[in-house]
Amino acid sequence: MRKYTPKDNVQGKSYYTDRFWVAPRVPSEAIEVGSHFDEVVKALSKEVTIDDAFVQIGQLRIVVDAGENYKTLQVLRDACGYKMCSELSAVDYLAQDGEFEIFYQMLNLDEAKRVRVVCRIKEGEAVESIVPLFKMANFAEREMFDMFGIKVNNHPYLKRILMPDDWEGYPLLKTYPLEGDEFASWYEVDKIFGKEYREIVGPENRDPARIDRYDSQRFSRVGYEVPFGEKIDKENEKENPIEYSETLLVDYNAGSKILEKRR
Amino acid sequence: MQVTNKLTPFFENLNFERDDNTMVINFGPQHPSAHGQLRLVLELDGELVVKAYPDIGYLHRGIEKMAENMTYNEFLPTTDRLDYIASTSNNYAYALSVERLIGLEVPRRAQVIRTMLLELNRIISHLFFVATHALDVGAMSVFLYAFREREFAMDLMEDYCGARLTHSAVRIGGVPLDLPEGWLENLATFIAKLPEEVKTYEDLLTENRIWKMRLEDVGVISAEDAISWGCTGPMLRGSGVEYDIRKEEPYELYEELNFEIPISDRCDSYGRYLLYMEEMRQSGKILQQLIPMYGKTEPQLMAHSPQYISAPKEEIMTQNYALMQHFVLVTQGMRPPVGEVYAPTESPKGELGFYIKSEGEPYAYRLKCRAPSFFHTGLLQELLVGTYIADVVTIIGSTNIVFGEVDR
Repeated sequence: MRKYTPKDNVQGKSYYTDRFWVAPRVPSEAIEVGSHFDEVVKALSKEVTIDDAFVQIGQLRIVVDAGENYKTLQVLRDACGYKMCSELSAVDYLAQDGEFEIFYQMLNLDEAKRVRVVCRIKEGEAVESIVPLFKMANFAEREMFDMFGIKVNNHPYLKRILMPDDWEGYPLLKTYPLEGDEFASWYEVDKIFGKEYREIVGPENRDPARIDRYDSQRFSRVGYEVPFGEKIDKENEKENPIEYSETLLVDYNAGSKILEKRR
Repeated sequence: MQVTNKLTPFFENLNFERDDNTMVINFGPQHPSAHGQLRLVLELDGELVVKAYPDIGYLHRGIEKMAENMTYNEFLPTTDRLDYIASTSNNYAYALSVERLIGLEVPRRAQVIRTMLLELNRIISHLFFVATHALDVGAMSVFLYAFREREFAMDLMEDYCGARLTHSAVRIGGVPLDLPEGWLENLATFIAKLPEEVKTYEDLLTENRIWKMRLEDVGVISAEDAISWGCTGPMLRGSGVEYDIRKEEPYELYEELNFEIPISDRCDSYGRYLLYMEEMRQSGKILQQLIPMYGKTEPQLMAHSPQYISAPKEEIMTQNYALMQHFVLVTQGMRPPVGEVYAPTESPKGELGFYIKSEGEPYAYRLKCRAPSFFHTGLLQELLVGTYIADVVTIIGSTNIVFGEVDR
């Protein structure tokens, strides 16, 4: 039977998996009573509902409702001294739960403590922008939108940041293949020449060691010389005294994991 | 639309020709002082910038996507290409976060070597900053002096790992090689000369009338703004906020080392320049303390953890179990426990950290690189407004952004 390849996650996978192997977990510690993190959780629970809170590798991880992300960060900033948001981004859990996990990495400059606020949104939902609280979110939320397609409400200028403005698809989704999808592979051709030139230009070949022995314009002949630009093909080829291995042309577009329809 | 004929030719900047209007100019992405692939769209009222829009992504290679498709050890050399001026700090930040994820203790000798490489790399990066920043502002000779010294530092790097720019000199669990013979003596010679050299640059720049006119009160960031915009490293300390991850959240040997964190209340480019100079001296001081520490360590270089780290070469060649385990680790890759980690480090540019989400597979489920330059670029849209076009280059130079890590 052919091996089933899941379509909702086309990222790199181990070729060997043991069915009975249970992955160990990073230990999560309970919050010590009276510690700094305990105070943070107490201050937060007055304002928002905390679904889960524990310490992992020295940092507090708080799970809140996605609707309360602004409120949570506001309390953290104003009441708990977490004045800096060092990073925010998302993790794609669409295949497992149909959700995105959004995390906000917060830093307290006085206590040198870090808190990670985590919330989950369903596919197609939007989160509230935290730009009024932290200006760094201006770029970070744009990047999150660019990479995952997560809409951010009330962002001053929500627009693609790393990818071109006319790009289709969101590159960090698990359904997006590493080598890009069909749109990505024809992006330049479509843009510069037009879609009708796809046939003429041909698919991109990414093999750096590619040799086309019937192309006399870009490759020199092994064995005997031909004039520049001479049309040669398999039938009319002269006998070659030198033996060499043929490099097969790999058609990357034929074998790649391109989905018919991406979510 | 304009109607063009021989009498009224096409004006590219028609808006500018009208009264009370602004001119839009494009700065980059191939501008030599844009420090890489920065494209700035500037709206000018005369020579005053009224709106600035940093457009990034010209060097986007999808490194975070690649991380999801590579095993943990495969990905390490890719991190060289983030901040390519200081590759070791990227390698280290990545290795540290994986080590924290799997809870690994690194042998003492590896710690000494790593700290040495990190500080040497900081000097290399800071020398590059001073050189290019001065060149942008118009001081050519500092560039030559600083690059000469940077070559000596890169020679040391080359002696250790064979590469000058993309080092990959740090591995998950330790370092691959011991220091070569005579390396410490060379390092001692280098750091003995360093303070004089820094003095040379300072003699050329610090009291230089033109340098001061170009830098003082240019690119002023208040402490609140710096924190809100996520500035770290010299950008944050230049605004009077004392926060250095090496001191506040120490990693490696920084807890045992005696060094000072310079801060500046000036909040301008000049203050930041002074910080970089002082940080170079402090790095020299750290390296000086590290040299005697090396001799007191055991020769072990990689952590012993059969589940995650291959055994030393001698064991692989002589013992069957070590060979099997090495084979599994090379062909399948290590499988860290399920969980997530964010490990911050102080790179020469600021806070460099890797957020890794592991699902217990040989491939990271999600890797997010928190690059300091990304946020410093975001700051430009506010910092450049209200400055003159002549200061734009100074401000970009002073933020010390490197596009490898902005675009990733």
